[in-house]
Amino acid sequence: MTEPSETTVDSLVPIFFMGKRYDVPASLTIQKALEYAGYQHIRGCGCRGGVCGACGTVFRTPGSYKLQVGLACQTVVQPGMHLMILPFYPGNRSSFDIEQMNGTGGELAALYPEIFKCIGCNACSQGCPMDIDVMHYMAQAIRGDLAGVAETSFDCIMCGLCASRCPAEEVQFNVAILARRLNARHGIIRAEHLHERVKEIDSGKFEEPLRNLMNKTTEELKELYKSRESEPQMAEEDWTPEDSRYV
Amino acid sequence: MPYPESLKKLIEKVVATRSARVERKKNGQEFPPLKLEEREPVLRNFHPDFIKGTRRSIKIGPSKGYAISNEIVDLLEAKSRVNPYLVNLLDPDFETDVLIIGAGGAGTAAALLAAENGAKVTIATKLRHGDANTMMAEGGIQAADKVGKDSPYYHYLDILGGGHFVNDPELVYTMVKNAPDALRWLEGMGTSFSKYEDGKMKTMHGGGTCRKRMHYAADITGAEIMKTIRDEARNHEDMINVIEFAPAVEIALDDQGRCAGAVLYNLETAEYQFVKAKAVIIATGGSGRLHIQNFMTTNHYGATADGIVMAYRAGVPISFLHTVQYHPTGVVFPEQAEGILITEKFRGAGANVLNIHGEQFVYEREPRDVEAACIIRECSPDGRGNGVPTPTGKFGVWLDSPMIEMLKGEGTVRKEFPGKHILFRRFGIDISVEPMLIHPTLHYQNGGLDINNKCETNVPGLYAAGEVAGGIHGENRLMGNSLLDVIVFGRIAGAQAAEYIREHGESGTGNLDHVKHYNEEVEAAEIDEDRIAPMILPDYSNPEVRKKQLTKDYFGTLS
Repeated sequence: MTEPSETTVDSLVPIFFMGKRYDVPASLTIQKALEYAGYQHIRGCGCRGGVCGACGTVFRTPGSYKLQVGLACQTVVQPGMHLMILPFYPGNRSSFDIEQMNGTGGELAALYPEIFKCIGCNACSQGCPMDIDVMHYMAQAIRGDLAGVAETSFDCIMCGLCASRCPAEEVQFNVAILARRLNARHGIIRAEHLHERVKEIDSGKFEEPLRNLMNKTTEELKELYKSRESEPQMAEEDWTPEDSRYV
Repeated sequence: MPYPESLKKLIEKVVATRSARVERKKNGQEFPPLKLEEREPVLRNFHPDFIKGTRRSIKIGPSKGYAISNEIVDLLEAKSRVNPYLVNLLDPDFETDVLIIGAGGAGTAAALLAAENGAKVTIATKLRHGDANTMMAEGGIQAADKVGKDSPYYHYLDILGGGHFVNDPELVYTMVKNAPDALRWLEGMGTSFSKYEDGKMKTMHGGGTCRKRMHYAADITGAEIMKTIRDEARNHEDMINVIEFAPAVEIALDDQGRCAGAVLYNLETAEYQFVKAKAVIIATGGSGRLHIQNFMTTNHYGATADGIVMAYRAGVPISFLHTVQYHPTGVVFPEQAEGILITEKFRGAGANVLNIHGEQFVYEREPRDVEAACIIRECSPDGRGNGVPTPTGKFGVWLDSPMIEMLKGEGTVRKEFPGKHILFRRFGIDISVEPMLIHPTLHYQNGGLDINNKCETNVPGLYAAGEVAGGIHGENRLMGNSLLDVIVFGRIAGAQAAEYIREHGESGTGNLDHVKHYNEEVEAAEIDEDRIAPMILPDYSNPEVRKKQLTKDYFGTLS
């Protein structure tokens, strides 16, 4: 089986995977280049689309001392690069009961007291394949600004590269998800309409209309489907339908 | 790769028609949607499901005679990966109350509810916890919770219309009725949905919806949900044990025909291990990595239909697998990103779909099968031949993301679609300025294992939830109903399995007799090819290298 996307034939370039040389087509991502070299990934491969965090990769290119990062599924190979995929990184994680918390910075600091050891070196931000300003959200965490952490860290894929680079042994990605959850649960106003609707459903309000639909013939359903009123694309939030029998 | 000059020239045609299109959209003048009776001929002529020779009848098993995609039949007409006479089930490697196979959205939701109901849970998964299609779902999750505007009644109608009116009514009823509570549950765990200042959820349209009921977390809704429920599962380590890189390969039954656990394959040590369980939930997801009809796919690396194969051998029938969902908008350029999902949320936000002349040819919010068929018709030389050629000789159409900036304000694309914005930026394309080139891509397994509204299969103690199950979406799923499906039915499966073990207690000693019989059936049906299943992982390794991989078995000290 080949993934049905390989169509171009292009020049081969050398890459060094864990020190070993393979010559691979220059246009491929690191992930596909390794498959071209003969690997069947087990670890270090997940969504193949840049969102799951399985294939965080560190690499160096010739002539540069700089350590660079990327996702193997998103990064195109560079001639002469030395690389290593980091499929796992051991990270400290504190358990919590979100129902019993209030969503304060103090609660986060109690679960992760090591955040105060951050030395502000910025290695984490430089090591983030999602271009997240990790050091900034760690500073926000230290200040107790959970909404800030939530916003800055929103795109985090929890690949662990930040933690791998941290001289203060922080586990930034676990700090970030705790802050996001506390903020979403306690910092932001709950959606009243959800609770109201759940109550309506529990009270049996939609039971009869739904059961009626379930007993209709296909032809009857088609008529109802065709004649149902559609909320206009550009309608504002307060739009209401003309037929309000079932809403 | 930024757009080459040839494509930049064609983008000028998109720019030329843009302001007039935005003006029409603002005035509520939409490109006319197809009428219900107009959908049928387009589907019949251009949807991949209707291409002759791509399906065949299954020769054996509980749904013998049912014609579905060749690629899935290949797996059903195959022998077990493991010799059923050699596996020792008398001495289990692990014991648990509920075994959950698969650690995506459905599996994790099921684990949380089973644990909440007092059951000890073991999750066995092929890759890591959370490596699943749920993580990749982008656009949103449907629920009819806007009081005074929407209701489960309309949600039900939309689902039936999208699914060609053949869905299982009880399953649809169960999903729409439990949808608001699923959202409430996710919100309560701290899922960061996009909201207004007063806490109201932001919602938008998806293809085939009559009300804006698509809730979202920017354009990474599935990832946000998956990260949150996975994190919550990690808060319950005393109740939920996760075994990663250990896909299940067979279900075990006891002498009464009840489910008694499953055989796992440890991908790293190559051991087959037995988990004895009082109940089992199959939550293995879909099958995009089978590359049906050689289509590129949006799916996760592990989406290989394993659960269908295992349960089918254990006697569970399948339904609605005769249709496959092709997502209308997968990346077709740059090549490195080919197949990657471009969320329907772009079209929900108003982005037009345009041909090589920069002209509209389809309403952008048709149900997915209709939208995909219209795009294929536009691109195909047998159709209208108005596709945009890519440098690698494929065809696509434009998805005009920059018009969202004109409709909803500058910066909207970057803010509402951060995931896609960064993806394209890596290739030197700014999608708030330039449109995306897209083509339909293999996306979703519409059908699967037969379940009832308690997620029970016909095997006592064996449950299924999520993409692996069939009936909810009929012949075509609407956007935002898959994330909803995994949460609603995952929770139901977890709670029901916990209740089952309270009533039924221990299962008996497990056996693989059904696997032995199935292997014999494969032979008796004279299926001569030497296939084994489940597949577990696709093999994209270089065929030239594979030719030299001559070791097929254990010899000496290395395999």
